[in-house]
Amino acid sequence: MSKTVTVGISDLNIVKSPDILVTYALGSCVGICLYDPMLKLAGLSHIMLPSSRLAPDLNQPMKFADTAIPMLIKRMEAMGGRPVRFKAKIAGGAQMFAAMSNASLANIGTRNVQAVKEALNRLRIPIIAEDTGKNYGRTLYFTAEDGMMRIKSVNKGEWIW
Amino acid sequence: MAIRDLKDLNDIQIDVLKEIGNIGSGNAATSLSSMLMRPVGLEVPHISILDYNAVVEALGGPETMMVGLMLFMEGDVKGMIMFLLQKNFAHMTLSSLLGESFKDFGEEDDLANSALTEVGNIMAGSFVNAIATLTGLNISISVPDICIDMCGAILSVPAIHFADISDRIILIQDQFNSDDASATSHVLLMPDVDSLAKIMTNLGIEI
Repeated sequence: MSKTVTVGISDLNIVKSPDILVTYALGSCVGICLYDPMLKLAGLSHIMLPSSRLAPDLNQPMKFADTAIPMLIKRMEAMGGRPVRFKAKIAGGAQMFAAMSNASLANIGTRNVQAVKEALNRLRIPIIAEDTGKNYGRTLYFTAEDGMMRIKSVNKGEWIW
Repeated sequence: MAIRDLKDLNDIQIDVLKEIGNIGSGNAATSLSSMLMRPVGLEVPHISILDYNAVVEALGGPETMMVGLMLFMEGDVKGMIMFLLQKNFAHMTLSSLLGESFKDFGEEDDLANSALTEVGNIMAGSFVNAIATLTGLNISISVPDICIDMCGAILSVPAIHFADISDRIILIQDQFNSDDASATSHVLLMPDVDSLAKIMTNLGIEI
């Protein structure tokens, strides 16, 4: 029997096969899936903001792309994972409101996606699938058995990556 | 002590916010009634100060479909107002305004969107008027922006906007009754910290 583990907002978690990770209703936030295929080890992080430098909140490293990703990697390493084997899949970063009058808020999704890509690139982890941007919410399921990322939207459909 | 966060509010200050919520809800019922051209009753509003996760739970979980309307307060008081309308609310207003029933989310067209946006505009005006009248402060509101999606995804927008200020928000839950229909709305008030202090000072509340 596989167990489903929920990852909240500004949160991260790791499971081994056959368990499944889920994070609900990603809006402008980004979900980062890391997978070690040899160990069937899956890690998922749900970040809200691009950089901890903008609003240093040392108590919440899981909130920011630049601090959450290294933390997720460290936790996966502690379970025997090897970053050289890690592959990443990312989703989210939508612009939920179309004609947003507040400019800094309008492109936060894009900036989150950008920051996630930069962080992964710095750590030399390849992104093998991406479902980002657009204007709708996404629920993300990440299966440790095969590293599959399933994205569910409400009216736009469902995709497997 | 300065108010840095909604967590810092004392009981008297919280009561003041609740009173603003009550008056705003009353105003909203009146506006709704004149817009829909029929009597609209209001149940006792339920007002609480919660963090984002608790708000998402109070709304029925992150995947609950809702109409989200977002506006900004400008002038003496700055901040964000967000309305989250449930399906029964969309149904009640659209059937009155456009004479068409609202079957399900995903079916709405531009006309329905603009009708719902107008509802948000008028209701936000009701809440802002409550604050302005009580405090004598000048507040204007921006044109609402609409998003119909999972409430967790909608709420990620204010959550991100206020991430470096506070994770607490004022949640006002209203139930409006009209004839045989009832409609639920949630209003999230997120004044900036300075504005919150200004509201309190102008009401003669010590901060």
